Amino acid sequence: MSILIFAELKEGKATKAALEAASYASKAAADLGGEVIAVTAGHIEGDAGLGAYGVTRVFNASDANTSDSGQLSKAVVAAAQESGASIIVMAHDHAGKLVASRVSVKLNAGIVAGAIALPTNTEGFIVKKSVFSGKAMAHVEIKTAHKVITITPNSFGLHTNDKGTAEVTALSADLGQSKVTVREFKPTSTDGSIPLPEADLVISAGRGMKGPENWGMIEELASEFGAATACSRPVSDIGWRPHHEHVGQTGIAIRPNLYIAIGISGAIQHLAGVNGSKVIVVVNKDPEAPFFKAADYGIVGDAFDVVPKLTEAVKRFNAG
Amino acid sequence: MNILVCISKAPDTTSKIAFTDQNTRFDTNGIQFIVNPYDEWYALVRGIELKEQNGGSVTIIAVDEADSDPVIRKAIAIGADKAVRIDARPTDPSFVAQQIAAYAADKNFDMILCGKETINYNGGVVGGMIAEHLDLPYISLATNLDMEGSKAVITREVKGGSEVLEVDGPFVLSASKGLAEQRIPNMRGIMAARTKPLDVVSAAEAADATTVRSYELPPEKGDCKMVDPEHPEELVRLLHEEAKVI
Repeated sequence: MSILIFAELKEGKATKAALEAASYASKAAADLGGEVIAVTAGHIEGDAGLGAYGVTRVFNASDANTSDSGQLSKAVVAAAQESGASIIVMAHDHAGKLVASRVSVKLNAGIVAGAIALPTNTEGFIVKKSVFSGKAMAHVEIKTAHKVITITPNSFGLHTNDKGTAEVTALSADLGQSKVTVREFKPTSTDGSIPLPEADLVISAGRGMKGPENWGMIEELASEFGAATACSRPVSDIGWRPHHEHVGQTGIAIRPNLYIAIGISGAIQHLAGVNGSKVIVVVNKDPEAPFFKAADYGIVGDAFDVVPKLTEAVKRFNAG
Repeated sequence: MNILVCISKAPDTTSKIAFTDQNTRFDTNGIQFIVNPYDEWYALVRGIELKEQNGGSVTIIAVDEADSDPVIRKAIAIGADKAVRIDARPTDPSFVAQQIAAYAADKNFDMILCGKETINYNGGVVGGMIAEHLDLPYISLATNLDMEGSKAVITREVKGGSEVLEVDGPFVLSASKGLAEQRIPNMRGIMAARTKPLDVVSAAEAADATTVRSYELPPEKGDCKMVDPEHPEELVRLLHEEAKVI
């Protein structure tokens, strides 16, 4: 069974989430027997870095409007037909959430959106996904011939396999008229900063910081760790921090290697969004804060006291 | 302006999750159901705001069984004109999308608004599937929606920022945080919701493409190791040597 991945490109290169989808598909293809093919849209540089992650062929739709779910899904389906792939894999990120649903209807395929493990194929084709906003997992069987899987960023990791370079060909398909027009792109973060869902390390802070003017020390700590910053819901609701930093049940769910929560008590809704993290550190002045029960490491202390000291300690660690 | 808003019921965000029947069914014992927050706070409220500005009507649609009617009434109370319930158990996103698309196919809605995902299944695919069935543009993760004449101007989240798009004619959108501000229904709305129509429609012929075979709960965390607040360098050492994450 060959697997097709849809890989989002940024400046011609596959995004980290797309390389993770390639890693996932390579492992699944090794288990199921088959090759991994990719479909991309827009400007591509070389093989976009996909060959090193096990992709053998890339179909690129250079003229597709990458904001148009209709054109992108037509490109994915054309590549699926061209390559004979019956399993379609993509990241459960902004790009995957735009495209996967349309692809599943076009191919009459069952979909598991937000997978966190490889499929098993012993008693039906079953994919594990996160449900109840991180409070539980479900084993979902896909019963159709074609299958679509979107994988949660950071749930599988990057695995190169040095297969070399993928062969890139132009996708020949009629993508139709685009139905959406892009007016402008507004970056939310400065260049080089890490998108939250893909970040390996995340420093998050809550109401315990007392006001937006105190976030400087959080950003400094994040910068020493090379981490992305996040926040709790109350903090984004009162406008101390932008909405896109809100992690939790009604914000975004993340699965970094390290999540450090500062001045966040750990309400069940917040825990739901972060309990997929490998290691959780909690800094809170209240020793009874429920978050400590979900943490691997804890420090009971005032953030205003602990954070600058921790930043100094990380600086010394980085200096070697 | 003729607006369709898709809603779903979901367990209250404070719910503790448990399963029965050898982990094959969600245990609804003691669970309070609410309107899925993304459907209510953002999709529904923005739909109602646009109706208030431009005239027209807001129809709520849900695919569920009769026990969800109180939740649908709560959604009507926020300011919708009517609701439709497709009478079927929503067990698979493909099935749900086919039901809504079949209902909407001949109704000429100007827009169909969904939440970006439910907080119980977290799939986020029903909106895009409806769009594909009806051959309409689909805009995911929308944080802003304004009308300029017949054109919709929509901001959506993309990697590293946001993007402003224009769409001419009917479309389907999934609502993310920011599209509107949560509204608390007032007494007049709650009273009016009791008498507004809630039509029950039988389900169209459609098959499930997926089945949940079983559930599991995440493993319990072990004991939390406490570090002296005066010596955070000890934490750095543990993260490096023991947890191996830095």
